[in-house]
Amino acid sequence: MQSIGDSLGLAFALVLSGDADLLEIVLLSLRVSLTATFVACVIGLPIGALVAIGRFRGRAFVLIVMNALMGLPPVVVGLLVYLHFSRSGPLGFLGLLYTPTAMIVAQTILIAPIVAALSRQVLEDLHTEYAEQFRSLCLTRLQTVRALLWDARYSLLTVGLAGFGRAVAEVGAVIIVGGNIDHLTRVMTTAIALETSKGDLALALALGIILLVIALGVNAAVQSVRMTAARYAYV
Amino acid sequence: MLARTLGAATVALLLGGAAWAQDQSIIVQSTTSTANSGLYDYLLPIFQQDTGIQVNVVAVGTGQAIKNAENCDGDVLLVHAKPSEEAFVKAGFGTDRTDLMYNDFVIVGAGDDPAGVGGMTDVQAALGKIAEQGALFASRGDDSGTHKKEMALWKDSGVDPTTASGDWYRETGSGMGATLNAGIGMGAYVMTDRATWISFDNKQDYAIHVEGDEDMFNQYGVIPVNPEKCPSVNAEAARTFADWLISDKGQDTIAGFKIADQQLFFPNAPDN
Repeated sequence: MQSIGDSLGLAFALVLSGDADLLEIVLLSLRVSLTATFVACVIGLPIGALVAIGRFRGRAFVLIVMNALMGLPPVVVGLLVYLHFSRSGPLGFLGLLYTPTAMIVAQTILIAPIVAALSRQVLEDLHTEYAEQFRSLCLTRLQTVRALLWDARYSLLTVGLAGFGRAVAEVGAVIIVGGNIDHLTRVMTTAIALETSKGDLALALALGIILLVIALGVNAAVQSVRMTAARYAYV
Repeated sequence: MLARTLGAATVALLLGGAAWAQDQSIIVQSTTSTANSGLYDYLLPIFQQDTGIQVNVVAVGTGQAIKNAENCDGDVLLVHAKPSEEAFVKAGFGTDRTDLMYNDFVIVGAGDDPAGVGGMTDVQAALGKIAEQGALFASRGDDSGTHKKEMALWKDSGVDPTTASGDWYRETGSGMGATLNAGIGMGAYVMTDRATWISFDNKQDYAIHVEGDEDMFNQYGVIPVNPEKCPSVNAEAARTFADWLISDKGQDTIAGFKIADQQLFFPNAPDN
């Protein structure tokens, strides 16, 4: 297991040297996955909230589908997006294949169900607690959704982080729709896959360690925002 | 006066042309073997300096590269499976195919050489021996150029390894590097192109056991994607790239690419 020690050293050396290529890859990873997380939240949170407070026929079926979609295999999402964005596909005229936009679309599709399903659970629990109060205040559906989303905002941050974690860690979708093109669509996970296939396992693992540290950083940033906000809320 | 106007117009055209050329970019659908060896990292900056054209490489197996190009998702195809390439051109997806360069395939195996094929130069005999001994053999199994070549060699040696798939014959269904990693992990023989092997970093105790058979010749070809089938392609830049590769400059550049003092690809485009 000598290579893990090598990789740690290599990871430090890479970060300290301020390697321009590495920085480019890291920034693209963050840009793609954070954008995908944001879009997935814009789509997923309202859906989660509506299903949480809604009582309609076939609701049980919708819940099963939402929960099952959390397990979407990235490579299948990549393939579906590829088939649509390919020049010979229905959206080929947009010329989006092998661009960061295509990668954002793929990751959004991958994690929107996660955001929707997890937020549905969070909001439904909260709604059960507040249901009588909401009824006594005669809130409309929109007001209810807004009140729930606001009150659960800290739990929903964790939901967003779950989505981000899935997005930044997946390789199957972005390698198909992005093509792992150097200086254009290469992100951390596809770079790791490439170095592994070149047999440079130490460098691959070093990149993996850096990715892990970035994920830690994003989570720490969100956590500190949450704690700061909570502190002010109780003053 | 007229001469001056014409001169100014020419300068403007040239400048405009140069600026326009700088904005050009093409996508090359190519193989993992060429990309993993580092050839493109060496060659493309030189090409870009000469022409201002930015080249983006998508490195996948030959089978997938051809499929992607058939879907018009590339401007140039640069792969190594001559029959499939000729079929691609014949079906109208490519304008024309030119021999570009070659390297060769080798069979690598563990240091203790369990099937005793070390030093053999007859690849069919070596494969026959591996099959007879039931020694582990890791195959790409991904319809890539290397996989197609391997299947052709098995056919010539009179063995159908797929009947032993999952037994001693292991199809990884992945790229050259991943297959080497897997093969080395399980102690299996692997057929690989020499370029990937030389630049591969995780060799452990593995060495080349079978090499030097003419049947293991690995020919690469370059094909611009046909704008009649795919109106979205950047036909002019694609043609410029293909022409540059087979020009003296391009061929010399290919020959000049070395790792550890070993030349990885041997240019053999026909004289034009």
